[in-house]
Amino acid sequence: MNQQNAFITALDLIASLDPVLGDIVLLSLKVTLSAVLIAAAIGLPLGAALALGRFPGRSALIVVSNALMGLPPVVAGLVVYLLLSRSGPLGFLGMLFTPGAMILAQTVLILPIVISLTRQIVEDLWAEYEEQLRSLGSSRMRAIPTLLWDGRFSLITAILAGFGRASAEVGAVLIVGGNIAGYTRTMTTAIALETSKGDLALALGLGIILLTITLLLNTGAFVAGRMAQRAAG
Amino acid sequence: MRILHSALISAAIGLTLALSGTPVSAQDKVITVASTTSTEQSGLFKALLPKFKEKTGIEVRVIAQGTGQALETGRRGDADVVFVHDAASEKKFVAEGFGVERFEVMYNDFIVVGPKSDPAGIAGSKDIDAALKKIAAAKTPFASRGDDSGTHKAEQRLWKAAGIEVKGAGDWYRETGSGMGPTLNTASAMNAYALTDRGTWLNFKNRGDLTIIVEGDLKLFNQYGVILVNPAKHSHVKKELGQSFIDWLVSGEGQKAIADYKIDGEPLFFPNAKKGQS
Repeated sequence: MNQQNAFITALDLIASLDPVLGDIVLLSLKVTLSAVLIAAAIGLPLGAALALGRFPGRSALIVVSNALMGLPPVVAGLVVYLLLSRSGPLGFLGMLFTPGAMILAQTVLILPIVISLTRQIVEDLWAEYEEQLRSLGSSRMRAIPTLLWDGRFSLITAILAGFGRASAEVGAVLIVGGNIAGYTRTMTTAIALETSKGDLALALGLGIILLTITLLLNTGAFVAGRMAQRAAG
Repeated sequence: MRILHSALISAAIGLTLALSGTPVSAQDKVITVASTTSTEQSGLFKALLPKFKEKTGIEVRVIAQGTGQALETGRRGDADVVFVHDAASEKKFVAEGFGVERFEVMYNDFIVVGPKSDPAGIAGSKDIDAALKKIAAAKTPFASRGDDSGTHKAEQRLWKAAGIEVKGAGDWYRETGSGMGPTLNTASAMNAYALTDRGTWLNFKNRGDLTIIVEGDLKLFNQYGVILVNPAKHSHVKKELGQSFIDWLVSGEGQKAIADYKIDGEPLFFPNAKKGQS
């Protein structure tokens, strides 16, 4: 296989504004960004609560959430598949093989990352500011919003880690989405499919496009973070 | 508070995006078909589905799996129609009550591909029995699907008919546990022989040193069938829409669309629906 072909294929695909490719890219972004938003909305408060709360079983929860950062995507996919299958407990929703199912699977996958990293960041901040916050009469639980806001720049990295995992995985979305052309085909499942068909140049071309998009998004987040940091003094 | 506020907004946006992606209202003319990698990866569906949609307005969503997995998807009620190629398991699927009725749609054939150097000395043979015996005797690498697909089951039947036990036969017999394309990629990299359906082969681009070695034996005939998942088992199955897809496939128009699908002038599938079966 000629590696040069892959770059030419990638450029061709971008230059021709291929509508099929456009749909695939949009769906990938929609699924992954939705999963990241949902995981952040749940994971940031939960991670902070886990950092500051004192309750029985807390240590066990921390260990479990750390361990789940290594959850294999194919296992997450299988669990969501069994839940959403018509023969499963949530089958009545008719959600299997839809983008919604893919969002759910990716959320399951990245939630532990957001929770665990948030917990670590907030715990460190609390150690640093405990006295100050206590002198202002703040309890542990009431300190959560303050500390999340204070740690926002570090927390962006936690969220980007989740985004990276979601955008890179293929195992979970393939199982629960079914890789249906024009409906649940994402960048990663399209790459897997073209590899299956032996069209390695097209597969690698799609890979180059995916990496470029990831790089652009991370650059955007980095620049926005820097600007906000400067504005905040 | 601002964090909580933005968290709530994020959640709302996330859910809206999530919900907008799941149009499952009853009037949607959409069916899900569990089919095999050979029909999808050969490009057949890409040629058929737009014609069917133009005629009926029904959108067909295809999930490409091995025959075994596709039937399991049907058993669980996660597809409206299954379109596969292993007559024995299809008949069992219907007999168990998971399918309504089996319609024969088309056939293609299996071929054995292998390296041009042909270490087993079987190139040009039309006798699959003799060819498999020579591969086993020479212990030249053979890449098997090993994934309970229709092609894998056909391959196992052929080995059995040739009187060769492949389980524990040695490291020349290699199960890839994957679809037809990945297995061909593996065979191409190892210069191994492999049994494949002709459609996937014609559409396969990473051939390397592989070429067609054995073809034309009647035992290599590969029949495809289509079955509506039984609404009596799974009440949500879209009975009318699914049946109209089956009716179209076996109709003169559908049969012609199958015959018209060619790669480099070579037809991939040969329609053979029985007249009056619908």
